[in-house]
Amino acid sequence: MLRKTSPARMAFLVVNTIVLGLITLLCFYPFWYILVYSLSDATKAQAGVTFWFKGFSLNNFVKVMELKGIGSAVFVSVARTLLGTLLTVFACTFMGYLFTKEEMPARKFIYRALIITMYVGGGLIPTYLTISAYKLVNTFWVYVVPSVVSAYNVILVKTFVEQLPASLEESAVLDGAGAFTVYRWIILPLSKPIVATIATFTAVGHWNSYMDNYLYVSKSSLNTLQYLLYKFLNSTQELTKMLQQGDTSAIHQMEAVTREILTPMGVRMTITVITILPIFLVYPFMQKYFSKGIMIGAVKG
Amino acid sequence: MKKAVLKKYRKKKNYKLLFYILPFMVFVLLFSYVPLFGWSIAFFQYTPGASLSAKNFVGLKYFRQFFLDTVDMSRVLKNTLTFAVLNLITMPLPLIFALMLNEVPHKKFSKFVQSITTFPNFISWVIVYSLAFSLFSTEGVINSILMGMGLISKPTNVLSSASAAYWFQTSLGIWKGLGWGSIVYLAAISGISQELYEAAAVDGAGRFRQMIHVTLPGIAETFIVLLLLSIGNFISVGFDQYFIFQNPVTLKKLEVLDLYVYRLGLINKSYSYSTAIGMIKSAISLVMIFGTNQLAKKIRGNTII
Repeated sequence: MLRKTSPARMAFLVVNTIVLGLITLLCFYPFWYILVYSLSDATKAQAGVTFWFKGFSLNNFVKVMELKGIGSAVFVSVARTLLGTLLTVFACTFMGYLFTKEEMPARKFIYRALIITMYVGGGLIPTYLTISAYKLVNTFWVYVVPSVVSAYNVILVKTFVEQLPASLEESAVLDGAGAFTVYRWIILPLSKPIVATIATFTAVGHWNSYMDNYLYVSKSSLNTLQYLLYKFLNSTQELTKMLQQGDTSAIHQMEAVTREILTPMGVRMTITVITILPIFLVYPFMQKYFSKGIMIGAVKG
Repeated sequence: MKKAVLKKYRKKKNYKLLFYILPFMVFVLLFSYVPLFGWSIAFFQYTPGASLSAKNFVGLKYFRQFFLDTVDMSRVLKNTLTFAVLNLITMPLPLIFALMLNEVPHKKFSKFVQSITTFPNFISWVIVYSLAFSLFSTEGVINSILMGMGLISKPTNVLSSASAAYWFQTSLGIWKGLGWGSIVYLAAISGISQELYEAAAVDGAGRFRQMIHVTLPGIAETFIVLLLLSIGNFISVGFDQYFIFQNPVTLKKLEVLDLYVYRLGLINKSYSYSTAIGMIKSAISLVMIFGTNQLAKKIRGNTII
């Protein structure tokens, strides 16, 4: 039933639109700011950038990519994201499928043993000691191996597979197909939405993680981009602090930084932009799977 | 005949499946169960490299210390509970945001708003810190704008202000999570039957009263489930945000339980005491999670986990 818009309703709509617009701006502006800052001419930008470029230049990006350690950090981050996502998606989808099979001996027991890990963990120090005992410290594998199996993802897949029509699987079984064949040729192609959901969320998690780097890896050739950015944020902070205290050695350091890579602020923002970029690129794809990723309330073990 | 084969297939335990699942469960065992044995160090005076023996067994010393260490613990608990309460108070914001989005007549505009506001959920706290630093530090854009307008005479850095720490961190949490948090409500709203709105309209309810009497009750259950979940997770306010934003000035406000456990263990090297506190925290969390789950069963007749 269509009603004529009353003045009160009109006023509400206007206010509503303005408030939503402001919230959107609040979310958008920080990203826009670092983008225009990093794409501005570094020396001009120091005088202040607010909404628009000050002398457009790609110099920041060119110089930052030349910085020692950045190239390898990008490589490590990409490698851990690809490999980690691949392993997790394979493990969680195959496990999720296997747990739907009632003929598995001790199925309930094994499933519960997995679910419990969502609620009980060893905690920081015991986990640290365990990882050290496995000699994973200072290896690339510490980024991908401990997180291969995620109980939550297994639940998502299991719930999804359970609502697929059983007849498809049954006809394959009658033709003598084994569990892996059924998984590979029937379950996996039918589970595309849930595979995509798990893959994108796992990939973003891998790309964003820095703590494993911070705790377990001190070899600089294995640094990830996130950790490098974290380190850089803290070291410039220290530099600025020293500068304010009038420490001359710090000024020399600052000059070295300035000569080589223009401004610390510019470098920091440029690395930030580079780190956000991949997330930004997969974001439209992820949006398709939001609703499936937040089945938290609906899904139970 | 086919049915008979299938029935046989279903009934018979297939041991080959164990062969498939066990390699994966080895990972679970190695990375989720083996660390649990590490809890034993909470009962010993543990130093890295040394073995646990009767000589350095201390029993419940570290658990007692937790209750006796009132100076540290009162500070850490105060911070943790403050953030927990602030999180609880701001919980309706995504719901209100979803209601506002739902009232937008132009679907394109609401999709646009949703896309932009959800994005911050997917960036790490390291990035949030970098953005906050670019905006709020003494050389940041906010200070230079305020100075330019003559509103302040010298730059203030909210990032290293202890008095602003609580509300500033909570605001950052809202900034990061508002759009994402509203999605679950929007999904619930889209599940409300159109007939209910039509019936309300026939009864003379305008858009506003439809919102109060149809939309709101339609998403109330979702809100209650999320409320119960967050009560269950009350003391787990997170680690990353506080770990990244802490500095010598704000630490006394940002040191929540998880950060305290971290600092005790890896900065002060009190491995045993840190593990003991971690265990106490886990125990409390578990009781609260399953307690609220039982509560949910009573209220809704359905568990939440």
